[in-house]
Amino acid sequence: MSFWLALGLMIALALLLGAILGVAAIRFKVDEDPLVDKIDAILPQTQCGQCGFPGCKPYATAIANEEAEINQCPPGGDDGVRKLAELLGKEYKPLNAENGAEKPRALAVIDENICIGCTLCIQACPVDAIVGAAKQLHTVIASECTGCELCIAPCPVDCIEMRDVGEEAATWKWRYPVIQLRKVAA
Amino acid sequence: MSARPIYKFNGGVHPPEHKRESSGTPIVAGPLPAQLVLPLRQSIGNAAKPLVAVGERVLKGQLIAAADGSVSAALHAPTSGTVTAIEGRLVAHPSGLAEACIVIASDGRDEWEARTRFDWRAAYDAGNGRAIRDYLRDMGVVGLGGAVFPSHLKLAGRDALDTLIINGAECEPYITCDDRLMRERAADLVAGIRIVRQLLNAREVLIGIEDNKPEAVAALHAAIDGADIEVVVVPTLYPSGGAKQLIKLLTNIEVPSGVRSTDLGVQCFNVATVYTIYRALEHAEPVISRIVTLTGNVARPGNVEALIGTPLSDLMAFAGEQTGTREHIYGGPMMGFALPGLNAGLSKAGNCVIATAPADFPDKGREMPCIRCGECASACPAELQPMDLYWFSRSREFGRAQERNLFDCIECGACAYVCPSSIQLVDYYRFAKSEIWAAEASKKAADKARERHEFKQFREEREKREKAERLAARQAAAAKPATTADAAAAADDAETKAAKIKAAMARAAERKAAGETGDTQATDAMDAEKRAKIAAAMEKAAARKAHLESLQGGEAPVAEAVDEAKAEKIRAAMEAAAQRKAARDAAKADTPAQAGETDVAPAAMDDAKAAKIRAAMEAAAQRKAHRESLQAAAPVAEAAPAASALDPEKAERIRAAMQKRDEEKARLAAMSSEERAALDAERQARIDAARVRAAAKKESEQ
Repeated sequence: MSFWLALGLMIALALLLGAILGVAAIRFKVDEDPLVDKIDAILPQTQCGQCGFPGCKPYATAIANEEAEINQCPPGGDDGVRKLAELLGKEYKPLNAENGAEKPRALAVIDENICIGCTLCIQACPVDAIVGAAKQLHTVIASECTGCELCIAPCPVDCIEMRDVGEEAATWKWRYPVIQLRKVAA
Repeated sequence: MSARPIYKFNGGVHPPEHKRESSGTPIVAGPLPAQLVLPLRQSIGNAAKPLVAVGERVLKGQLIAAADGSVSAALHAPTSGTVTAIEGRLVAHPSGLAEACIVIASDGRDEWEARTRFDWRAAYDAGNGRAIRDYLRDMGVVGLGGAVFPSHLKLAGRDALDTLIINGAECEPYITCDDRLMRERAADLVAGIRIVRQLLNAREVLIGIEDNKPEAVAALHAAIDGADIEVVVVPTLYPSGGAKQLIKLLTNIEVPSGVRSTDLGVQCFNVATVYTIYRALEHAEPVISRIVTLTGNVARPGNVEALIGTPLSDLMAFAGEQTGTREHIYGGPMMGFALPGLNAGLSKAGNCVIATAPADFPDKGREMPCIRCGECASACPAELQPMDLYWFSRSREFGRAQERNLFDCIECGACAYVCPSSIQLVDYYRFAKSEIWAAEASKKAADKARERHEFKQFREEREKREKAERLAARQAAAAKPATTADAAAAADDAETKAAKIKAAMARAAERKAAGETGDTQATDAMDAEKRAKIAAAMEKAAARKAHLESLQGGEAPVAEAVDEAKAEKIRAAMEAAAQRKAARDAAKADTPAQAGETDVAPAAMDDAKAAKIRAAMEAAAQRKAHRESLQAAAPVAEAAPAASALDPEKAERIRAAMQKRDEEKARLAAMSSEERAALDAERQARIDAARVRAAAKKESEQ
């Protein structure tokens, strides 16, 4: 008797818990992989394609699906790789040289004497940071430019160059304090 | 002295005061320098926007740069002179980087601009507090205690304030500018305090002064003729002049992390700021000077009322700087920084310049490891754990430093002062803070870039979809009404044809008109052809006439008759030419089917046509002449631009580009909608190619 009672109880409990889990699975379903968003948040959003994927999100998806390594993003730099390694519990590895090297942040600048207004760079810009129209002078909105360099290749007259963003007093960072080494008597 | 209880804040230190050197002498007017360097960024927030141009003459007190947005303050010419440059100059900033400055060469006349007093009382009575605040912003009033926070923001949006605190503590060693101000200008200061009190509708007003300034306390007591303002003497303890520390001392209110004191009913103003508010509202004087303490290794330490923008080298020379100075500190010895150079102009934040002699500022001991003694924690006025902050900042664990309220650190330097291991703790905090700010800024930029990228993708998707929809709609429209349209067309055949003929004629006329003004090569060619034909016809006629004359031997009437016949024939020939031309035009413009129809038309053309043709011929002749004259002139005209080496190169590039673009266009046109779907893949391929190129370039560079 007690055997059947126990069995019945266990079955009832199993059904109940199963039902709760089932409802929860529907009710709290996660539509998008939250990992992709987390990875995407670390990526610098230059949308430059240096990783070999057409944008940061596809690269994030590829990392989440273990289809890409974490060291393919030069604009994210060493710091980015470290953050990705920390997030994914992977081992840090230096940037893959095949994808390019880490460079100081730069902005695209259009030489207005040469631009012919072909709109090719406008089409290439992933963040709509170039304004202009056919046969009209184009220019780069500096505050929106991510420095992805995608506009350089399509330009038929090579009038776009990358200019390093220097430091200004307003964005200047205090340096890491330098600890003086003890002088050793010669 | 008041019976008000004085509360305590945590920690604090007693560094040597060194105030005697500079507090003994009265404030003197500073030098009138030959050149003033005015940084546009004179407050927290946005730099001011310049309103003057290089070469412009400015008068003392003239607005030369306007506030940009609400968190910003205006800038005025401190003396009369000429704007000689608006460019990046060295500013009083630890980075040593150049920032935008307006440089004024003074003319030595110190000529004031005509000033009109702003009737702030009327504005106040009218309840127009905004007008007063805007006026103060345009007078460039900022917090002169060192933080340069725009004062108009602190006077905003309050119905009533419990306590207004006037900060005269001046706790930092060496600095005595507020002390001298309180001693010498107590009456004006008190008038200013009453204005601020009225603007803020404050219930009580407390002036906090450290007990090492008894003269200032006495002067204020004498100036305050009434019980509305209370002078509270607080014990000398660094940093009692910090806003949060002074609030705690006087009211026992502890301002929590992330809360503004205003929300707790307390507002704090520095004495110098209140003084400038008074000067602005009662004397229409913008902030063009400030009192600055010049001390340290100088012959005449003291306080100088110097014009904003005075080069610091001029100030140090004025104070009689002695040899042996190692560096110059801008601000106090606790919170100031070493100046990168003395060419920078005095800013509104500059309350003190110290020339450091090795005797007073001995080498900081070599930094030793942290022994976690906890001295820093007991000295910290913000009740933080400096050793933890140091540890996490040093190891770049900024998140953890932030968790331990790094941003509540006021960088007072008390922890570094007491550290037995001589660790420059504040340097680490500043480093960590600026790293965190930079990370936040780049995160913001990345978020914006992501948003824009996603929108672009969305837009491209939408455009593709819309195009496909349009195409589908057009195809459907073309397929359906084909049969019915045919029947209708057949029914209206005659009418439509007539209309078409008329349209064709109109077009022909238009084209001719266009040919007269502008031109295309096609019409030119056509005109030439026509002209040739007409000329041929005329020649033929002339030949025939000559033949007739030779036959009939100069008989006048006959000749006339013949002439008439001739004219008739010529006209006929011209008409025929016109018909042919019309037919040709119609054929070109529309379908060949209409070409036959035009043959019916000539009756309508006749004279008008002939006249037009004549006109066209004339025009053509003129054009030709014009072209010839142009060609003759061209070599001269072209010679000048050819001189620039860029042009042929550019032309070459443009030609190449146009060709490339045409090819691209053709390719795109040839593309079907399915092929467009493959664009993404193609873009991917292009990116790959670009990568390969970049890699190759890099290799070649290496």
